[in-house]
Amino acid sequence: MLEIKNLHASVEDKKILKGINLEVNAGEVHAIMGPNGSGKSTLASVIAGKEEFDIKKGTISLDGEDLEELAPEERAHKGIFLSFQYPVEIPGVTVTNFIKTAINESRKARGLEDMPANQMLKLIREKSELLEIDRKFLSRSLNEGFSGGEKKRNEIFQLAMMEPKLAILDETDSGLDIDALRIVANGVNKLRGKDNAIIVITHYQRLLDYIVPDYVHVLHDGKIVKSGTKELALELEEKGYDWIKQEATV
Amino acid sequence: MDLKDKLLSSFLAFENNVDLENPVHEIRSEAIKNFEEKGFPSKKEEAWKYTSLNSLQKVDFSIFPKQENTLEYKDIKKYFLHEIDTYKIVFVDGVYSSYLSETTHDGVDVCLMSSAFSKPMFRQVIDVYFNKVASKDESLTTLNTAFCKEGAYIYIPKNKMPKKPIQILHLATGNEAALMLQPRNLVVVEENAEVQIIERHQSLTENEVFTNSVTEIFAAKDANVDYYKVQNDANTASLIDNTYISQKDNSVVRVHTFSFGGKLIRNNLNFYQNGERIDSTLKGVTILGEKQHVDHHTLVHHAQPNCESHQDYKGIFGEKSTGVFNGKIIVDKIAQKTNAFQQNNNILISDKATINTKPQLEIFADDVKCSHGCTIGQLDDEALFYLRSRGIPKKEATALMMYAFANNVLESVRIPEVKTRINKIIANKLGVRVGFEL
Repeated sequence: MLEIKNLHASVEDKKILKGINLEVNAGEVHAIMGPNGSGKSTLASVIAGKEEFDIKKGTISLDGEDLEELAPEERAHKGIFLSFQYPVEIPGVTVTNFIKTAINESRKARGLEDMPANQMLKLIREKSELLEIDRKFLSRSLNEGFSGGEKKRNEIFQLAMMEPKLAILDETDSGLDIDALRIVANGVNKLRGKDNAIIVITHYQRLLDYIVPDYVHVLHDGKIVKSGTKELALELEEKGYDWIKQEATV
Repeated sequence: MDLKDKLLSSFLAFENNVDLENPVHEIRSEAIKNFEEKGFPSKKEEAWKYTSLNSLQKVDFSIFPKQENTLEYKDIKKYFLHEIDTYKIVFVDGVYSSYLSETTHDGVDVCLMSSAFSKPMFRQVIDVYFNKVASKDESLTTLNTAFCKEGAYIYIPKNKMPKKPIQILHLATGNEAALMLQPRNLVVVEENAEVQIIERHQSLTENEVFTNSVTEIFAAKDANVDYYKVQNDANTASLIDNTYISQKDNSVVRVHTFSFGGKLIRNNLNFYQNGERIDSTLKGVTILGEKQHVDHHTLVHHAQPNCESHQDYKGIFGEKSTGVFNGKIIVDKIAQKTNAFQQNNNILISDKATINTKPQLEIFADDVKCSHGCTIGQLDDEALFYLRSRGIPKKEATALMMYAFANNVLESVRIPEVKTRINKIIANKLGVRVGFEL
């Protein structure tokens, strides 16, 4: 589904990604771990189309289609969803109105009519229950005054509503207590299916107890230096990242 | 002949058509002397540093429209807030249109200055209030006073509230190649009374219009006044809005100014707090493009203890538009425990747009809370990326962020239909359809 080949990306001439190779197939969950500053969030942003990053070399494609020339909204329309580490506050636009706009814009791009109001309401009810989100929460301004946990839960609510082909979770576990973590993970797991794929970006192994990955990759200094199965995450948890760094320099 | 000379000679002609025995005329005569002495303000004056009236003074404006014009309601319906029932005071080229208006004397007076000036039953109110808060030495205000003849007259007696909001609409038909208008409004809200007013100036053609308007508002003890100014005029229409507000104990006055269009707009909004526990609110949303120019000059004079003022102006400037915000707050020595808040935030969305913003605080009391802040920035790229990553195209995402930016100001609008209308104007202006009513 997602194919990244020899990807080099920079911001303001600072090289951040230095040759990433990654293949994610439908039905798979990949975890990307690594120390701070290794390029994890950059990789997520580059896949989602953030314009401040320059792709110097390499390719990203989704189902065989090159993504480089596509705007962030066009990538969203093709089914890429990025759950933000720091979601942005939009005062005056309610959670409900925002998600309606997002869904209908994607439908419009696919040549579909707006989703009928009753169907939308049903979907909102269903997904907010799944994430144990209170009704009142939905009429609040998007992310405004939300706690860290509420912001993350809201990201996963949007994810559940939009049912993307490829979901990228950027540090979704940060700021979550254990109960919220379980609820959020449950929401993500509901999305898992043979036609979807998930990339979980995390610093810690904790989230991977709940969203169990098929593959774990370690990112260091802009490159994937080690790949393995879920056991690799446990090993990292136990031994830290230093041995990876050493191994990489050798 | 430049505009000043034309106005001075027109005053003589004007005198042939008004009652010279009326005490109001003495006020007019004083006023024209002041204008004759001062003339139009120039950029040399600090208060007019960023707004030039030079080009307007070169236009050959008609001072008095030659004919009465008629308009059909269906053609101008869109300029009314027609979604709700309201009283309406409508002027066409400065002349009252009874056909388009709906006035009342049922418990409250919603009618005309020309009546108030001439009929004995209004004499007392005119004597007590007329020209009492408006400046007697600011040249444009005195110019308006000199020619005052028509406008909206609103009188709300003690404990009363009109059954519905009041709209004041000034239409210019373009039957004159260039027209100057000088409406004069008086709003008196007595003790514990309440009123909601929506005011709009609208030119219907590309012909030049120059409006120099003066509004006096008196809010007695415990009175409550909501005033909404909708400024979304043609690019050949200029407006100088001089509004003077006098407040007594416990009164609440809120003025919202929505500036979206016009060639040149200058808002001189002046609040005088003459009592205790007064609340004054001044809010504005300005969204400009092309070569539009809007200059907000506000004054809040805290003259008694324990009062509050809240100012919040948001501006978005595109293309070659220019904006000015100058917020003056005076706190007299006796005005202890004053709480004065002022905020002016601006976003520039074009390299060629300009904003000049300046807080001006003169505080003579020592136990006060005064805060002010102004910012000038650009749209946040991270926020834009967030919205786009959810599938919302760049243009719509930009519009959403502008709504979000202006939202604080809209929150305090108390007539929902006004809010809806403002949102529609914003959406139109930005050329977007966001799929829901913001």
